[in-house]
Amino acid sequence: MSDVNTATTALDAERAEKEYSGPMLAADGTPLKRSLNRALRRQKMRALLLIAPLLIFVLVTFIAPIADMLFRSVENEIVQNTLPRTTKALDQWSGEDGTTPDAPVYKALYQDIYVAQERKLHTRLGSRLNYELTGASSLFRKSGRGVDDIGEVYQDQFEDLNAFWKKGENWNEIFGSDAWLAQIKDWKKASGTPQPVFEMRDGIAGIFPQTASYYLIFADFVQTVDEDNLYKEDPWPLIYSAFYDDMAGDTAAAIASYSGPGATEIAEAAAAAPGFETVDYKAAFVKIDKDWGASPIWGTIRAYSPKFTSGYFLNAVDMQKSADGPQLRPENERIYGTLFLRTLFMSVCITLSCILLGYPVGWILANLPARSANLLMILVLLPFWTSLLVRTSAWKVMLQQQGVVNDTLVWLGVVADDSRLALINNQTGTIIAMTHILLPFMILPLYSVMKTVPPSYLRAAKSLGATNWTAFWRVYFPQSVPGIGAGSILVFILSIGYYITPEIVGGTTGTFISNRIAYHISSSLNWGLAAALGAILLAVVLGLYYAYDKIVGIDNVKLGG
Amino acid sequence: MKFTTTLLASSAIVGAGTLAFADAHGNMAKEMTLVSWGGAYQSSQDKAYVQPYLGMNSDVSAVWDESSAEAVAKLRAMNEAGNVTWDLVDVVAADAIRLCDEGLAMEIDADEVLAAAPDGTPASEDFGDLLVSDCFIPQIVYSTTFGYRTDMVGDTPPTKICDVFDLEAYPGKRALEKRPINNMEWALLCDGVEKADVYDVLATPEGQEKALAKLGTIKDSVIWWSAGADTPQLLADGEIVMGSTYNGRLFSVIEEQKQPVAMLWDAQVFDLDGWIIPAGLPADRLARVMDFVKFATDTQRLADQSQYISYGPARLSSAPMVGKHADLGIDMAPHMPTDPKNAENTFLYNYEFWADYRDDIDAKFQAWLAQ
Repeated sequence: MSDVNTATTALDAERAEKEYSGPMLAADGTPLKRSLNRALRRQKMRALLLIAPLLIFVLVTFIAPIADMLFRSVENEIVQNTLPRTTKALDQWSGEDGTTPDAPVYKALYQDIYVAQERKLHTRLGSRLNYELTGASSLFRKSGRGVDDIGEVYQDQFEDLNAFWKKGENWNEIFGSDAWLAQIKDWKKASGTPQPVFEMRDGIAGIFPQTASYYLIFADFVQTVDEDNLYKEDPWPLIYSAFYDDMAGDTAAAIASYSGPGATEIAEAAAAAPGFETVDYKAAFVKIDKDWGASPIWGTIRAYSPKFTSGYFLNAVDMQKSADGPQLRPENERIYGTLFLRTLFMSVCITLSCILLGYPVGWILANLPARSANLLMILVLLPFWTSLLVRTSAWKVMLQQQGVVNDTLVWLGVVADDSRLALINNQTGTIIAMTHILLPFMILPLYSVMKTVPPSYLRAAKSLGATNWTAFWRVYFPQSVPGIGAGSILVFILSIGYYITPEIVGGTTGTFISNRIAYHISSSLNWGLAAALGAILLAVVLGLYYAYDKIVGIDNVKLGG
Repeated sequence: MKFTTTLLASSAIVGAGTLAFADAHGNMAKEMTLVSWGGAYQSSQDKAYVQPYLGMNSDVSAVWDESSAEAVAKLRAMNEAGNVTWDLVDVVAADAIRLCDEGLAMEIDADEVLAAAPDGTPASEDFGDLLVSDCFIPQIVYSTTFGYRTDMVGDTPPTKICDVFDLEAYPGKRALEKRPINNMEWALLCDGVEKADVYDVLATPEGQEKALAKLGTIKDSVIWWSAGADTPQLLADGEIVMGSTYNGRLFSVIEEQKQPVAMLWDAQVFDLDGWIIPAGLPADRLARVMDFVKFATDTQRLADQSQYISYGPARLSSAPMVGKHADLGIDMAPHMPTDPKNAENTFLYNYEFWADYRDDIDAKFQAWLAQ
């Protein structure tokens, strides 16, 4: 027994050795698998190249802008970018209601707003914060006008001390590097060559740290935004206040031993500065507007200082940020929840009425002889080729109380003259007009699916004894369901995003969420909120689509064939 | 990110192209894109100063874009893409202020940019208080006011704004604009608030409630409009008994279409419409626009415009030159919102108040409408 066993094992091993002769090779000696893969990959690449124009087109004109727009729903860099120092200093503040931040925050605010108003960014921030806090818009506009006066306190005192400080040239001699000074003095604006870019003198930033940092901002602004000759430009009041701060700051010892250009004037200023009248930044801001002396504006700035915010999304679901976290808005400001629900409800109504009206039409189209079917088809498509606005406006004339429909009903005696039906400027109007407009989107898929149902099935059912209803319901209808599915998805998704028709015929109770999105895009300019509303709408549509796929199955949707 | 860069790059190329073009043909661009509202208003602009300007400069062409209603949003989008294709944009004053705030419109020095009056009065005095923003070049004063069907009000036509709120004396539908501005003021005024206190009251949540409550008394009888053409159509069809709209629209219903409609001037709200120059135009296009705007807003041109439309010229010096309608041959002065007879009780749109409170009150107003 054991011998036989050994023999078989040996045989097996031999066979296995024979079978395993390495990977199969292609003609050129590379393994077949790899060579096949390569050929396939090449084919795929070629196919990809063919669709590349479309892919790039879709990416550039569709996906990228949508992604960019949706990104705005969380993006909130403007507060930090415009008020970098203030938002940082504001970390120290407890944020308790009824308190205001300490003096350093107001000073930082002065510096930020000064730079921002030169660049005309402060009003933009005001508009942004006005979405959250009423009054921020004019607060920032006023403050932008007022900051000039704050800094001039120091400017006047330095200039009164010595006329040396009045001249931009002198400041440049102190803060500019020798190499740059040599270049800028030769430069003429008329020559057309670019202005030599400002370069800081070595070591000066260690002696006047604050002045130097603002001087850089000032120089950059003058050279790149204003495009004036920096050498002749007199500095901003902000520079003087920073200069004063440096005099009283940690680098006093370094200033005392300073020996560069303007050393005598600097020594004189350093000696005089302790006697200068100082600025109470907080008082100055409260004088511009008393709102700076209250907590709401500071709470808002702090709540919206991170680069990203959930504020727009909270707003889009009728909530708001508060000291105790997100909470519902007061009842008289809640609107979006109602509108979302209304949009969904009315879209369902429109889809149902499209099915109701479209199904018989589709059936007739599919069962008539080709010539009459084509004629009817043109009637279905004709409204399709007419401008949307014209069709909607026509409904206005039809449905209004002194309109065609009501006149006819009164003439027929169906309704009394003094109780004409309200068919427009309400939900009824929107549903009627949108059903009409979207009907072709229901009829076409229905028709193309019904066309494929052989009439012999119905005949077969009847010859087997089915009644008309049973034959329709048990045999014909199930086969037309994919058409209903396709039409419903088309109509529902289209109607959920409609806004022109509801705007014109919807009055107050027949408008959709998209009307609010349009308002925030084109009127209030609150694009963040519009993006948040749009993102929610997109999510709802995708969610419904997913649910449809799970329940009905997207394979069961047919546009034809 | 990449997307923006590409756009920026392409616009830079376009910009470079126009610059090179300008260098070869003098320093003014040969084409202007003007943005306005379309309709009768745009045609009044075209007749009063665009065609005359093109007549004087035969090598220049002008293209109209009827996008003023979405000008703020579109300008912002253009600005972000780095490719502003508009040269001069007609907007209402509130939008001009917003565009200025957003840095999308160019600040101008009125005396430098605009022509002085014929008697030498500098532009800043000639326009006076109407220069409501540093970026705004006013053209016309218009008003939002009421028109009513003369055949539907019996023997006692409405004379006061509060008649709008009187459903017993004047039953029937009214048309009001689907926004809080103007409606809130009228409501407070008819709820016993003194004219001088209206904005103080409206600034408080209680005042806003009060205004909405007053509007609530007629809410079921109101058709809310969002396009200026709605009220004239509703009036002409007899769908409403009275409705608010721009006075120029009512003028054409009454005088041009001869409908049985009359004006209710009481508590009309003055507003301004004018040009802004988009920020960041290339030098050649800017030079052309400056040249055009100086011509188009001088005393004679603004007076000429009133031959075609019943809006008051924004310059003091133009007022005495207002003449007859170009086609109808009727005197235009009595149809101007600024005519003393019409302007016995007026409001001026409070720009600063609405810039602050628009977002807040609009949210409440829309929530109230949706209830």
